[in-house]
Amino acid sequence: MSIAITLPLTKAQTAALHAGDIVAISGTLYTARDAAHKRMLEDYEKTGRFPFDMENATIYYTGPAPAKPGQVIGPIGPTTSYRMDAYAPFLLDHGETGMIGKGKRSEAVVEAMKRNTAVYFAATGGAAALLQSHILSSEIIAYEDLGAEAIRRLEVRDLPAIVVIDSQGNDLYATEKAKYRQKDVLGE
Amino acid sequence: MRQLSAHRITEAVRDLSIRANCFLNPDLENALSAAKTNEPSLIGREMLTQLLDNAAIARQNQVPICQDTGLMVIFVTLGQEVHITDGSLSEAIQEGVRQGYTEGYLRKSVVKDPFLRENTRDNTPAILHYTIVPGDTFQLDLAPKGAGSENMSRLFMLKPSDGIEGAKKAVLETAEAAGPNPCPPMVIGVGCGGNFETAPLLAKQALLRPISSHHPLPHIRAMEEELLQKINATGIGPQGLGGRTTALAVHVEVCPTHIACLPVAVNISCHVTRHAHCEL
Repeated sequence: MSIAITLPLTKAQTAALHAGDIVAISGTLYTARDAAHKRMLEDYEKTGRFPFDMENATIYYTGPAPAKPGQVIGPIGPTTSYRMDAYAPFLLDHGETGMIGKGKRSEAVVEAMKRNTAVYFAATGGAAALLQSHILSSEIIAYEDLGAEAIRRLEVRDLPAIVVIDSQGNDLYATEKAKYRQKDVLGE
Repeated sequence: MRQLSAHRITEAVRDLSIRANCFLNPDLENALSAAKTNEPSLIGREMLTQLLDNAAIARQNQVPICQDTGLMVIFVTLGQEVHITDGSLSEAIQEGVRQGYTEGYLRKSVVKDPFLRENTRDNTPAILHYTIVPGDTFQLDLAPKGAGSENMSRLFMLKPSDGIEGAKKAVLETAEAAGPNPCPPMVIGVGCGGNFETAPLLAKQALLRPISSHHPLPHIRAMEEELLQKINATGIGPQGLGGRTTALAVHVEVCPTHIACLPVAVNISCHVTRHAHCEL
C-alpha cells in the first residue's frame, strides 16, 4: 500500500516520512539535472533569485525524451543523483524539501537533509515509459536552450516512488542490502 | 566485388536505432521474468514488476524504454569484397543515427566538448568500430548505452601475479561500488587482456552477447558463473533496494596480452542493455 503525498512538501510532511515508505506523489514539481543545477547556482550568485520558488520545492532529477505528437511529455525516468551532490546542499539550505532521483548521496547531502528536514525519494531507474504516464502537464520555465536539461514545471499524479533517505538520515540502500547479503557465499 | 549503397546503410541504422531503444530484447525480458520468480525481496519483486510493465508500455507505444537513449556505439563488420557506393560509409552511418534519433523521438544526449558541453542536438557523433573480414558480408551491431551505468565502469591495469583471482576481485569490487547507481539488475561486460585500449573495447563487446550465453573456454565460463553468484550475494538487489537479483549476467572475454600486463576492464550496463543486429 502506498502513501499518497501532495506537493509542495512541508516540513511537517517530510518529518513524517520514513525510509522504506512507498509513496504516490501528486502535485507540482520541477525537473533539473546537471547543467540546470550548475546554472541555477550561478544565476543565484548574480541575481539572488532561483527560476522557481525554492520554498518547499521538490526537484526531480531527470531529462525526458522528446514528446511524440499528442503526448504531454516523453519517457521520463530518474537520472543518477550523485552528480547533483555538489549543488544539493545549497538548494536544501534555501528551501528545497524533496529530491527525486536514483542512487547514492554524499555525506554532505545527507547532513543538509537532516539540517533542513528534507527527504530523498527514488523513482525506478529505467522505468521511463511507466513514469511518463503519471505526468499530467509539462511546461518549460527556464533554460530552454538546454533541451532535455531545461527546467520544467510538471503536474504529476500518483508518481510511484520510495523514500530512500529520510530526514533523520536513515538510508534504505544500506539497511535492505544488509538484509540480503549472503556472507557465506562472499567468504566474509 | 559486391556493391552496397550508402543510402541503404543509413536506412538500416535509422531503423535499428529506434528498434534498439524502444523494444526490450527477449533475452533480457526473459531474464527479468525469471528473476522476479526467484527474488525473495518484496521491494525487489515490485521493482522487477515495474521494469517488465515499463518494457510492455514502451513496446506498445513505441517509445524509449529509458529516457536516456544513450551515446550510440556501432560495431561494423565489413567484408573486404564489399564496395560502398553513393557516399562515405562513416557519414552514412552518422546520418542514420541523426535520422533515427530525430524521427524516433529519442533523446539527444551528446555534447560536442567535454568541458564546454554544448549539445550537438542530433545525438551524433556515434562511436564507430570497424572490423575488416574476408568475404562480402556487411553487418551492423548497435549498442546505444546510457550514462548511469557507463559512469560506474572501471579499468584496472593488474599485474600478471594478480591472476584470475585478482581479476575476479576487481569485477566484484566494481559491482559493489556501483551499488544502486547503474540501475540494477546489471549486465556486466568484462574484458581481460590486450592493452589499455583493447580491454575496455572487449568489455563493451561482451555486452553484445545473449544473456544466457556461456564462454566456450572452461576457466572463463567458471569465472563468469562464480562472479554472477557472488555479485548476486552482495544484497544490492533490483534498483539497489535489496535482494538477490543484482546482476542478470556476467560476460567475460579474453584476448592475448603482453608478458608484463593483465588489463581488466569492467563495463557495467543496466537492465535495458540495448543491442540490435542486422546484416545487409
